[in-house]
Amino acid sequence: MPIASCYLSEIVKAFDLEVLYSPGNLDQIRINVADVTRPGLQLAGYFDHFGPDRIQLIGNMEHAYLDKLSTEIRRKRLNALFGKGIPCLILTRNHEPHPELIPCAKRKKIPILRTKQATSEFMSSLVKHLNVELAPRISMHGVLVEVNGEGILILGESGVGKSETALEIVKRGHRLIADDQVEIRRVSETTLLGRAPDIIRHLIEIRGIGIMDVKELFGVSSVKMQENIDFVINLELWDEKKSYDRLGINEETTDILGIPVPSITIPVGPGRNLAIIVEAAAINYRVKKMGHNAAKSLIDRVFPGGGSLSLF
Amino acid sequence: MVSRTVIFTCDEALQMKAVAVLIQKASSFKSSIYLSRSGRRANAKSLLGVMSLGIENQTEIEVSADGDDQQAALDSLVECLENPGVL
Repeated sequence: MPIASCYLSEIVKAFDLEVLYSPGNLDQIRINVADVTRPGLQLAGYFDHFGPDRIQLIGNMEHAYLDKLSTEIRRKRLNALFGKGIPCLILTRNHEPHPELIPCAKRKKIPILRTKQATSEFMSSLVKHLNVELAPRISMHGVLVEVNGEGILILGESGVGKSETALEIVKRGHRLIADDQVEIRRVSETTLLGRAPDIIRHLIEIRGIGIMDVKELFGVSSVKMQENIDFVINLELWDEKKSYDRLGINEETTDILGIPVPSITIPVGPGRNLAIIVEAAAINYRVKKMGHNAAKSLIDRVFPGGGSLSLF
Repeated sequence: MVSRTVIFTCDEALQMKAVAVLIQKASSFKSSIYLSRSGRRANAKSLLGVMSLGIENQTEIEVSADGDDQQAALDSLVECLENPGVL
């Protein structure tokens, strides 16, 4: 798995930051950690446990503290902070930099940026942005669609009918996120986010027709930029020797980046309308999530005395 | 599973056609075949997947194949990536 990183120039663009000083290599400075520090203690001279690879924020408090210091000490403390090789320093609330700040930064070639936003607000959106950008990622061969608000990842061998299914799902009023290649990021311990690679976004390939642009053909309401992956559907060619789940009692999961995602396996046979089956599976999953399990209530009806699920 | 790393060598005019031929070649094998480029992996039988890798002239690509006919598949695809003009 490639180590994810994010360039400072991307952050400047994403948050519309004002560049007060740049050593001219913002597109080469990589941010590798999602943590952000307000260097209060460091400005007071305490550097134990300091994480020098983090973005540093100067907010109201840090700014006011710097105000109180004498010019000489301020220069010394800033030099010590910049000397650690931090990736950049961001001033929030449009604070004016102290006169020593820019010269000290120039000496160590540390970029100084500025935002109008308040510190806590900016900090939480920056951490959220970094968590998404730096998340572990994988690209998978499959199709990602959104059906009634659920992100459904359809996996299966080439030629099993994933794209055709996606097309019909779109025609039935749902949305396409990615065809053929899905880029998946683990943005938290429980959440997987899927999107399409930029080059092939919202394109779909149907054998016999070729490449189609779903957004052009069916409009913007038929596509989506990204979606959480709630459910996985594995399509496979019908195997006579294999027995398939008839009741829907088995709790099958598919592991993606260490997160077990609820999944089902649907055998593909002649005359099966896959789009309807995928749609039904999505709705059934929603109902289960909300607490109703049709298979369990059937068992309760058949064995009112309390039949055991393990029988099946 | 078998794999090999090759450099894709192809002048610009041929690129689209080379990719199309590559996918048809890959689809004729039973094995699952993957192409990887700088950490990104795509199914060699999927047109959009291979396109999304953004393969250009002189790109380093790792081909891997897994299945009954893996060696034949690997040889055929490596040949295809190294000399796309021949086809």
